[in-house]
Amino acid sequence: MENTTEMELSLGPRGIGVAMTRNEDARFLAGKGEYLADLNIPGTQEVAFLRSPVAHGIIRDIDIPPEYRSQVFLLSDLGDINPVRAVLNHPDFRASDFPALADGRVRYVGECIAMCVAPTRAEAEDIVQQISVDIEDLPIVTDAVAAAEGLTPVIHEGWPDNRVFVSKPSSGDMARAMAEAEIVIERELNMNRQCVVSLEGRGVLAYQDRRLDELVIYSSTQQPHMIRMVLAGLINVPEHRMRVVAPDVGGGFGVKNNLQSEEIAIAALAKVVPFPVRWVEDRREHLVASAQAREHYYKMKLFARRDGTLLGIDARVVVNAGAYSIWPWTSAMECNMVVGIMPGPYKMLAYRGHGTTVVTNKPPHGPYRGVGRPGACFALERMMDELAREVGISQDEIRRMNMVTPDEMPYLTIAGKLYDSGDFPLSVSKARDLIDPEKIRHLKRSNGQHGVYHGIGWASYTEQTAHGTNEWLSRNLSEVFGYEAATARFTPDGKLILEVAIQNHGQGLETTLAQVAATELGVDPRDVVVRHGDTAVSPYGLGTFASRSMVMAGGAVGRACEELGKKVKRIGAHFLQAHPEQVELRNNHVCVGSRSVPFSEVTRAAFRHAQDLPPGEEPGLQISLTYQPESGTGAFSYATHAVHVSVDIHTGLVTLHDYVVVHDCGTIVNPMIVEGQIQGGLAQGIGNALYEESPYDTEGQPLASTFLDYLLPGFPEVPTARIGHIESPSPFTRYGVKGMGEGGAIGAPAAIVNGINDALAELGVEINETPVSPKRLLKALQRSVEKTA
Amino acid sequence: MKPPPLVYERAESVSDAVAILAEMEWGARVIAGGQSLVPMLNLRLAPLIKLVDISRIEDLRAFSDDGGRVVYGACLRHGEFEDGAVPDCANGMMQRVASRIAYRAIRNRGTIGGSVALADPSADWITVLIALGAIFTVAGPTGRREIHADEMFLGPYTTALGEHDILCSISLPKLSAEGRTGFYKVIRKAGEYPMTTASVVRDPATGLNAVVLGAVNRPQLRLRRSSAILAASTRWSDDVGAALIDAYGEDLAAAGRDGDPYERKLCETTVLRAVQQALR
Repeated sequence: MENTTEMELSLGPRGIGVAMTRNEDARFLAGKGEYLADLNIPGTQEVAFLRSPVAHGIIRDIDIPPEYRSQVFLLSDLGDINPVRAVLNHPDFRASDFPALADGRVRYVGECIAMCVAPTRAEAEDIVQQISVDIEDLPIVTDAVAAAEGLTPVIHEGWPDNRVFVSKPSSGDMARAMAEAEIVIERELNMNRQCVVSLEGRGVLAYQDRRLDELVIYSSTQQPHMIRMVLAGLINVPEHRMRVVAPDVGGGFGVKNNLQSEEIAIAALAKVVPFPVRWVEDRREHLVASAQAREHYYKMKLFARRDGTLLGIDARVVVNAGAYSIWPWTSAMECNMVVGIMPGPYKMLAYRGHGTTVVTNKPPHGPYRGVGRPGACFALERMMDELAREVGISQDEIRRMNMVTPDEMPYLTIAGKLYDSGDFPLSVSKARDLIDPEKIRHLKRSNGQHGVYHGIGWASYTEQTAHGTNEWLSRNLSEVFGYEAATARFTPDGKLILEVAIQNHGQGLETTLAQVAATELGVDPRDVVVRHGDTAVSPYGLGTFASRSMVMAGGAVGRACEELGKKVKRIGAHFLQAHPEQVELRNNHVCVGSRSVPFSEVTRAAFRHAQDLPPGEEPGLQISLTYQPESGTGAFSYATHAVHVSVDIHTGLVTLHDYVVVHDCGTIVNPMIVEGQIQGGLAQGIGNALYEESPYDTEGQPLASTFLDYLLPGFPEVPTARIGHIESPSPFTRYGVKGMGEGGAIGAPAAIVNGINDALAELGVEINETPVSPKRLLKALQRSVEKTA
Repeated sequence: MKPPPLVYERAESVSDAVAILAEMEWGARVIAGGQSLVPMLNLRLAPLIKLVDISRIEDLRAFSDDGGRVVYGACLRHGEFEDGAVPDCANGMMQRVASRIAYRAIRNRGTIGGSVALADPSADWITVLIALGAIFTVAGPTGRREIHADEMFLGPYTTALGEHDILCSISLPKLSAEGRTGFYKVIRKAGEYPMTTASVVRDPATGLNAVVLGAVNRPQLRLRRSSAILAASTRWSDDVGAALIDAYGEDLAAAGRDGDPYERKLCETTVLRAVQQALR
């Protein structure tokens, strides 16, 4: 028996709460990740999609040169294949079919029509160029607001108009709120359409495994189990004859969190050709043909007392969800999220939302980091700033005074969300201390010199995470994502493997899940293998999205390791001649007092020498368990962002000088990873606020199809946020953990645009549209000059 | 985004390159750094059959300084100007401009001659070369000839170079020790193409005074009245600024380009800030 104390000191604790570097970085930083395009499977042929060049039309003819006919695949060449029909379980939801390849009609530029197969992608693209498609034009719809008013030609046969769904959440006494209102603020705002732009694009590779008689599909996806489950029904392959693998995935952000047309098409193609086939998305395809996000139009009314007390909000929202409803989220997801979360961290007498989702001839909407909330936060927080200005209260105080307070937790909001824990006003105070408004006020005295104006922008929000069964049921989706699963198993040499159904595509889950195991089992988290992203290696689970994996998979790993630990203790105690309740698991050892037995002894007995086990103990050391949080209503993180901006009124360019985030995501598993998530989300929020936009002309043609026109922030445009932590453990989750993957992106558009408005308020300029491009800003400045002239 | 099939030939000399180009009436194009051409090929926007690689031709990578002018080979790379590997004819302006073209990875390959030949209206070099009064030496099927900067750039992506011409070198006058310059561009983010550029040269000793504006999707514009204000001023002041705004307005009106208030404002800022640098 060894004395473990010294070893423990040298290793240090690496359980929950420790800022350890990431295990997976050993391969990523060495450039040794294995992404979809890196797969080297002999005989693989490459696929290029022929995509629709027009936004709406009926395909009259597809002319394929005879010499290429065997290399070109249309929908009719794919055999047994069904269209996607993604619906809400609600009688008012209008359903439509989305075929993997066009079925006689196209409804957006970039829609897949045919697959061209060749030994290389370049040759496949050569074939694409040889095919001519005769499309009879149909009227094109791009204007969402007109579509919401029923003023546009109908896109889906059998529908009376282009409205998919109207969500009308309403609660509280709106008549009283309006009657008591001394201040009414009304604004129109909009957040323009965006692409997602994961670092690695999408991609799919599929082939028949003859030995196992299964269809193997590699996809750059966030949810391999879900993809297998839904594909089974669409291409008629039973789930036990199909394996879906997500290799290393270079970022998802939501765009890989839905069933993609290309996944269906490539999987179906692999059933009819005798070789592996692969499609790797290029940047142009990503910018014009993958799921997009945002494009919200708001008409907001805010009712308040003269003392700044918020009484009510009326939010009318239109979201342009593009041509089709994608599985499983449906086209109504974005808009329903906007009107569902609108009241934010504030108390009020009444809330009335009216959210209309419309179809148009643009690419379909999918989830993107934040889903709906960046827009809702932008709209509401702009209104809060205008209220502050109107009543002469500071931007931070107006927020603090209207927020839900810690003593009111858990708090059921006017919109029916159950806030579990936290101190919202404290996030504002701490952000105020960090950003130092006095310093910026001093700078503002020199506003106008060299055309530069300084401002400070605020945004507070709540971030619903790890939504459980109740929340998903309330959204009427076809799937209920209320739990996760994990297998924990030791190997005979005493090491631990975790097999999980979530997918790690940048979140550091190969490290944080190992930290959870370290907490439960006293193993060294550096030496834990975390396997994920493969239907063949883990029990069924839902995937990584909606800021759920740390709570859900962390909980499942925690439960599994706790149970496994009981058996380890029994076996170890047997060796130590102690009672199982007396022993502890520390540093890969079962310990009692100063005596210990290494796990390798325990596993030797469990796997190889069952004769050494305690009487009645079963051989083996592995367990599979699921976890669902105690409440299915979600764990709410929250934050306040504060940013110091300056605007050059002669160029319309905005500079971010300082960015502060004070957040609370409950128990922090790994502070370094949490800060990285905030910083990464912030980068995307800055893109949303200032750079990223996917405009379309009235013919439905995309105007940003390369990075020349679709601007992303780079390192020089993204300041390193100064981050303040508050830790209010959630009462609903194991360890008190809350999700936190999206918040950085939620707050930034609101905070930055508020900062710009604060800077330019003295010039009478107001801007309520993202991204704030130099053109929009200079035009707003010119309008205000004309107004005062 | 993969290129269509292409024939690739590497030219060993300028005459070799001219001969290869002349073999085909249409569809052959010179490639040097390839930083604009390759993306266009990948997007299948440039319907070409043959690429003639001139990047290894020694003559095109040479430079010389005769005391009055510096001659730069067309295949010198932006990065070589940035690193000071070639003489700077304009008291540091060449280095300053080069160091902010796109990203270093692009500057490692992109060439000054390639920028000229493509004539992207937002390319950084072009207003500089017009302001400095560059003289371009061009080789074609009928021999060599010179083209002055004012005759070179005919509009966006349009130059006086013929289908079978190769740009060989760029000759620029050396500024006197008192010569001052300014270069300003408005970019939305680091490394992007500018929305507007302006180059300013003021060198009383050599009589060189120029203000040249470049704005996206427009031909470059020599601002003659603005240039006169520059010549008459020695140091920046509010009065100079006011006079310049008037002159700039007249220049724009004379060119029929005073329509869009947004573009006008952005260009005004660009010109003013470039002139301000030269009068510091």
